[in-house]
Amino acid sequence: MPSIIIHQEKATDPQALLSLCPFGAIELVGGKLAITSGCRMCRNCLKRGNGVFELVEDQSAGVDKSAWRGLAVIAEVEEGTIHPVTFELLGKAKELAAKISQPVYALLLGTGVKKLAPVLTEYGADEVHVYDQEELRYFRIEPYTAAAEDFISKVKPTAILVGGTPAGRSLAPRLAARFRTGLTADCTKLDISKTTDLDQIRPAYGGNIMAHINTPRHRPQFATVRYKIFSIPPKCPNPAARIVNATIPPEKLASGLEILQAEVKERVRGIEDAEVIVAAGRGFRKPEDLALLQELADLLDGRLASTRALVEAGWTDARQQIGLSGRTVKPKLIITCGVSGAIQFVAGMNGAEKIIAINTDPEAPIFNIAHIGIIGDLYKIVPELIASIKQSRKED
Amino acid sequence: MRITVCIKQVPGTSQVEIDPETGVLKRDGVESKMNPFDLYALETALRLKQQYGGEITVISMGPPQAQAVIREAYMMGADRGFLLSDRQFGGADVLATSYTLSQGIRATGPFDLLICGKQTTDGDTAQVGAELAEFLGIPHVTNVCQIHGADATSLTVTQDMPLHRLTARIALPCLITVEKGIFEPRLPSYKLMTATADRPVSIITLADLADNNPLHYGLNGSPTQVKRIFPPDKSDSQERWDGPEAESADRLFHFLDDHKFLQKLG
Repeated sequence: MPSIIIHQEKATDPQALLSLCPFGAIELVGGKLAITSGCRMCRNCLKRGNGVFELVEDQSAGVDKSAWRGLAVIAEVEEGTIHPVTFELLGKAKELAAKISQPVYALLLGTGVKKLAPVLTEYGADEVHVYDQEELRYFRIEPYTAAAEDFISKVKPTAILVGGTPAGRSLAPRLAARFRTGLTADCTKLDISKTTDLDQIRPAYGGNIMAHINTPRHRPQFATVRYKIFSIPPKCPNPAARIVNATIPPEKLASGLEILQAEVKERVRGIEDAEVIVAAGRGFRKPEDLALLQELADLLDGRLASTRALVEAGWTDARQQIGLSGRTVKPKLIITCGVSGAIQFVAGMNGAEKIIAINTDPEAPIFNIAHIGIIGDLYKIVPELIASIKQSRKED
Repeated sequence: MRITVCIKQVPGTSQVEIDPETGVLKRDGVESKMNPFDLYALETALRLKQQYGGEITVISMGPPQAQAVIREAYMMGADRGFLLSDRQFGGADVLATSYTLSQGIRATGPFDLLICGKQTTDGDTAQVGAELAEFLGIPHVTNVCQIHGADATSLTVTQDMPLHRLTARIALPCLITVEKGIFEPRLPSYKLMTATADRPVSIITLADLADNNPLHYGLNGSPTQVKRIFPPDKSDSQERWDGPEAESADRLFHFLDDHKFLQKLG
């Protein structure tokens, strides 16, 4: 990416040049002109700056990686509590940071969130940077980006992990574009090399293939990871950890968004939290037959989930969908019934501890990942299984 | 209201070929269609136009044959179509794609509202909309599930977040990404197909962009690099039960019992 250099000696009236930038990215720092990372490369200043600003092309080997140190996790706060994906990411960040002997940072944004900082240290953060400001009450993109940008510019972490939640998937790309750097979405594995290059593995092209992705010449490196991909580490006191309270001026937190109403949704126990899941696929012939699987789910104290096809057919709710465009689940047990195992589905459930698949087609790809592959008709197996479970409970 | 909708041509199937050298998707010879999520974006634009008037521009990036999705958009009611197509744009990652689109959108003139689909079915990253908004310096709202209305300076929408439904007024110009199901997409119309048969699809090449440095586009402009591609994991200890169903059901019952999955309600 190109950058803009400033010929200070040509600036006869530096103050007047500030207004050239529609994004306010030209600032006076100690009497000298400077371009902040708010620059969008619109090049207005090149055309109208009388030669003060010059574009230079960057064809070098990239950034000085030693200037970027540590792994940062952007904490996700929901209704006054930390979303567990944050703890999962802190666990992974700690593991990676140990390999390169660098610190773990957590960034905490919100209103009234200061009290949540200590718990982040217990899950692995060496330093928690807190921006507790009224403007950050709701997730609005510009103030959240501005606060995170402030943190990143000051701390310069080499890699930033963000939860693959709706807010994280909105904030991470915005930041990656602001820093003109790489972002890898929905990583399923992460490692780090001695050069601090993050090794990012994600399913690609519909998941027929896994891709190993690097960001070799840019910093910071952004990765998003969905909930339940990594495990929550054990809690552990970290007495050496620091909590840094930061603020940025309210005018930098301006937003084109005004929240008119925040309606709390009815809380539905999601499939993400279930320890046992039974999943239905196209092997079901009609929607009424799903009652059979619901009965099995109830007997196992589990939840009923499905593939995308059934959601699209209107047989199940979108909240029950497992897969790349649905939910990622990591139950102790999943029993798939009549699911062929398209890779988009598999990507959302192959973290399950035990996978049992029932399908009539011996060639179904689900059998490639199932621990127990049962070739047979779910319409025969499931009722028998239900009967056996009921019988055993009667005997007890 | 001047609305621009970003659309993409995606493979009609998930069975696609990868260039083993570069790890880049081979698109030639694969049946293609409009990304299904983009239909909702386009439908949203059409509804807004019905209510407030104005003009709908669609823009896409891809090889020349991606003109087909622009034509499809014409058949649904889009007014103008642009295709960013240049060899130099190939192999772009999220950053380079978003940057290219931002340059292309600047080249097509001013707009009030940009609409993107939730995600594509091939890349599945759902990140281009937010990066594009950043490059254009406008606010964005993702996961929009409802449009309440617009006036000269703002749009009011509801955003579907995990715990909340947030209703917000956004200053124009802005970018929204819409959820599947926000409106039911209309079918392409035969009448519009004949009426728009002669309407051109404007091709935008690198030379047409304000920033025409090839290093900022395609593979060169992509910070992320695919180092290696490999097949997905297969699980290690696997067994297959292919006996009669009654026998499998009985084995499954005992497996669940042995592994303590039956005791909770017992």
